[in-house]
This record gives sequence, structure tokens and C-alpha cells, in this order.
Amino acid sequence: MRKQYHSLENRIVDAVVLILTAFLFILCILPLLNVLALSFSGKEAAIAGKVSLIPVDFTLDSYRYLLQEKRFFLSFWMSTKRVMLGTLINMILIVLMAYPLSLEVRQFPSRNRYMWLLIFTMLFSGGVVPWYFVIRGLGLIDTIWALVLPGAVPVFNVILIINFFRNIPKAIKESAQLDGIGPMGMLLQILIPLSKPALATVALFCIVNHWNSFFDGMILINTPEKLPLQTYIQSLVIRISDLSQSGLSAEQLAEKMSQRTFNAAKIVISTIPILVVYPFLQRYFVTGITLGSVKE
Amino acid sequence: MKTKKKNTLPYHLMLLPGVIFLLVFSIAPMFGVIIAFQDFIPTMGIKGSEWVGLDNFKYMFQLPDTWLIFRNTLVIAVGKMVLTLAASIFFAILLNELRLVKVKKVVQTVAYLPHFLSWVILATIFRDMLDANGIINQILTGLGILKEPVVFLGSNVTFQPVMILSDAWKEFGYGAVIFIAALAGINTELYEAAEMDGAGRLRKIWHITLPGIRQTIVLVATLNIAGVLNAGFDQIYNLYSPIVYRTGDVIDTYVYRMGFMNAQFSLATAVGLMKSAVSFLLIFASYKLADKFANYRIF
Repeated sequence: MRKQYHSLENRIVDAVVLILTAFLFILCILPLLNVLALSFSGKEAAIAGKVSLIPVDFTLDSYRYLLQEKRFFLSFWMSTKRVMLGTLINMILIVLMAYPLSLEVRQFPSRNRYMWLLIFTMLFSGGVVPWYFVIRGLGLIDTIWALVLPGAVPVFNVILIINFFRNIPKAIKESAQLDGIGPMGMLLQILIPLSKPALATVALFCIVNHWNSFFDGMILINTPEKLPLQTYIQSLVIRISDLSQSGLSAEQLAEKMSQRTFNAAKIVISTIPILVVYPFLQRYFVTGITLGSVKE
Repeated sequence: MKTKKKNTLPYHLMLLPGVIFLLVFSIAPMFGVIIAFQDFIPTMGIKGSEWVGLDNFKYMFQLPDTWLIFRNTLVIAVGKMVLTLAASIFFAILLNELRLVKVKKVVQTVAYLPHFLSWVILATIFRDMLDANGIINQILTGLGILKEPVVFLGSNVTFQPVMILSDAWKEFGYGAVIFIAALAGINTELYEAAEMDGAGRLRKIWHITLPGIRQTIVLVATLNIAGVLNAGFDQIYNLYSPIVYRTGDVIDTYVYRMGFMNAQFSLATAVGLMKSAVSFLLIFASYKLADKFANYRIF
């Protein structure tokens, strides 16, 4: 064995593997380090294109400037509210739907009819235009409800939890039933406590989803102060690109470039919530992905 | 054994709130597709708008844009699928061969992260990096690969490759998770037996590792078919501009612009309906194939 390990081929393979891994690692982290370095760099250095991976002329000016930007923090708060409210609604509906649908047809004869409704909504869509008019017709435009109610039932996550509930040993469920536990008790006292990792995974997916979505904010929210954070950042990006299309004058170019460090600071701050939940996500999402492949 | 008739009312009540949301926000808009057969004017409503039969569809197929956006959509979506799948498999095998456990953990942590960042954030970063005086142009001109800077996002030559590469960059790590899980399931005795027979590392990768995850590769590839018309709205919308509409405009961005910028609601819905119909066939086909080749059923 030892001899084999030290064979020439093994050593070459080890070296190539290490080099390729290092290359991919740099490729992944370079853009992120670049934006982080920019946010801590001086304006002039950033404009001159001197900043790559390490801050040049280290300064906190961009962050100081950002503190005065009231709209950024209004949007940050809007997104925070949206994440909390949206995830809460998602989770309540997910567990309420997943339990009856995890039962067998023998226990709940209408089970398959509901299941078809779920699958139907996953396969078909009316498209974005009719979707918009339904939300407008309900008078939700420009309210936080427009951001949390249309996606209240994340069907794919419901199916993940259905599969998880099904895999909880029958013996546990049956003995609870013998003790005379009702459907709500079964869900709250037996199934939810036993599914904490799966529910955590799904909750994290919901949090990331709500935090990252910008499209609904773009078409459903009109008041600038109410825009969720991603939509707000997106609206700035588009403005800068409009400049570049019409051909830049010298002042416009300077204006655009001077925004570089400031924009970088915005990106960094708006990514912090994702970085905060990321360690938990990473612990759970492997389970989450393998959950999806559970066969019926 | 179970003789007493179950009272299923509580189950119906538990499902009720979710079902209401699905009916309102998913099923109701499906009836809204009838405006594709109208000359829809919002103030007149569906009842007041004029019926035009298949005119919107006829018009759609006469537009030169229609064929262009379908082609762009296919090229970008298929390019992304192929490259991301190949990169994910490559990355999973690379990690499998890596002996340094700590390095492995760090690399995984960094490689999975971009999947969880939004395209709004990443587009802002990429716009900056791909700028004429951005870091990418600096590196490429510095190494002598490019003679002069290229405006990557403003050229019809480079736009599609940039979309495909940047999406693969974002997703290859996360895409590898399922293959890493599959690799963990390979019986280690197979490797030991191969070593006894004198097989080297590369031979083991070829004859044991790859066949060991073949089933998973087939599964992921077939499920991908369902997404052939999803070129990635978030990414393209945040990176394109009118200069690259010829190569970068895809079905979803076109529908958005027609519907929400040009107020051509009926045309936008007709294009969207076309896409839904084709997508449905693709989803159906991919699940049939996945069931057949990989014995996989999601429902």
C-alpha cells in the first residue's frame, strides 16, 4: 500500500488536483474579495483601477457615506420585515399542508386530489402579466403583502417536508394515535419536533429567497421608500448603465467611477445577512438536497 | 384493524389556507391567459376588451424578434446546463481526490456561496469587473491575451459566452453537492479491489468513480431538460442593455419589456403562453425520462 501511495502517478495526480482546486478556489473568491477591497479603498485608487484584492489607501469613507444614505437603510428595513413576515407565513403554510398530504390515501381519501392541485400549480403558470393583474385587482400593489402573499406557498418546499414527514417511523405516529392525540397535536407535538433539521433547511431557503428577490419589488412596489433592498440596489445599477449607453461624457464617467467604492460598500452590507445565515445553511442544505430525492 | 371511520375534516381545514393562496395567486392567473386572445386594455377589463382570436399569435410569429429570442433562449440555457453540469462533475471528482480534509472544507464553503447571492449583487460585481478598465481586462491585457480591452457586456460576440460562464461560476459548486453525496455512496471495497489489480488513480476515476455516479449524472441531465426555456431572467435582466438585445434578449426579458414597459399586455401574455406550453411538454418529457433511466420520481 505504502509503495503505491508514493508512486509517481499518485504524486502527479495529487499535485494536479491541488493546483486545479487552488485555481477554482481563486476563481470563486476573486470577485468577492475584489468588491470587499474596493469598499475599503480610497476613491482615487479605485478610479485608477489600482485595487485588486487588497484595499489601497485604506479608508472607511464609503461606509461613512453610506450611513448618511437614508434610502439604503429604509430598504434594508423593508427587506428585513419582508423576510420575517414572509418566512413566517411560508413555514406555517408548509407544515399545515405537508401533514395531511403526508398521510396515506386510506387515512385521508382526498389526499391525491390536493396533491394534484399542488403539482398542477408547479407545472403550469399563467405568466407574469395575468399574475400582476390579479395582485393589482386585490389592491395589494405598493404594500408589503404584495411581496409575501403571492409566494406564500412554496410548493417545492412543501413536497420536501411531505417526504420528510412520510419517513418518520410509523410506530411513533401510531403510538401517539393510540394515546388519543388529535391531528393538530400530532403535527405540533410529534412531527414538528422530529423534523427540526428539515424545517430549518426549508426556513433558510425561504429566508434567502425573500432576501434575494428583486423582481416582485420592481413591478409591485411604486413608492421609492418602500422598495426592498435588492430592488433598490438594482434601480441604481440600471441608472448607471443608462449612462454608459448614451456614450459617456468626461464628467459622467467621473461621476460613475466615483460611485465605485460607494456601490461596493452597499454590496458588502447587503450581503451580510446572507453571510450570517450561511454557516447554518451549509450545515443543512446537503440534507435538503438529498431530501428531494426520497422516493415515494 | 382500523375500524372506526376517520373524521377527515381537520385535514381539510389544515389545507384550506394554503389552497386558497394557490387558487388566488396560481390558478386565477391561469384564467388570465385568455387576454392572449384579446386586445386587452386594462381599463376595460377582460369583459370589455375586444376578442381577436389568434391574431396575437399570428403577429408573434411574424415578428423577426420572436425567432431571435427563442434562439437566444435556447443557446444560453443549453450552454449553461452543459457547462454547469460538466463543471459540477469535475469539481465533485476533484474534491473526491483531494486528500487534505481542511482544504476541502474551505474550498467547499467558498464554492457554494455564490449560489446564495442574488444576481442583483453579482451583476453589480460583474459589471464592474467586466468593464473596459475593470480587473478582468487588466489581467487579460497584462498577460498579453488581449491586445486592447473588450467591453464584454456591450458586445454581441461576447455577451452569450459571458452569460454562460458567469452562471456556471455561480452554480457549479452548489451543483456539485448532489454528486458529492453520490460519491460518498460508492463502495470503498471497489477501490481496494482495483488497487490489488494494480489500477492507478486515473484508472480508478475512470472505471469506478465515474460509473459510480453515472445514475446521478443521467438524473440531473434529464431533469435539466425541463429548464431549456429558462435562460435566467434575473441574470440577463441585470446584465444586458439595448446594445446586446440581438444576442441577449430571451423570452422572459422580452415578455417583461412588452408587458410592463410597452404595455402590450396581450402580446406579452401570448409569448408567455407559448413558453408555458413548450415548457410543460419538456417537464413532462424530462420526468418520464428520469423515471425511466434513473428510476426517480419526485411526486
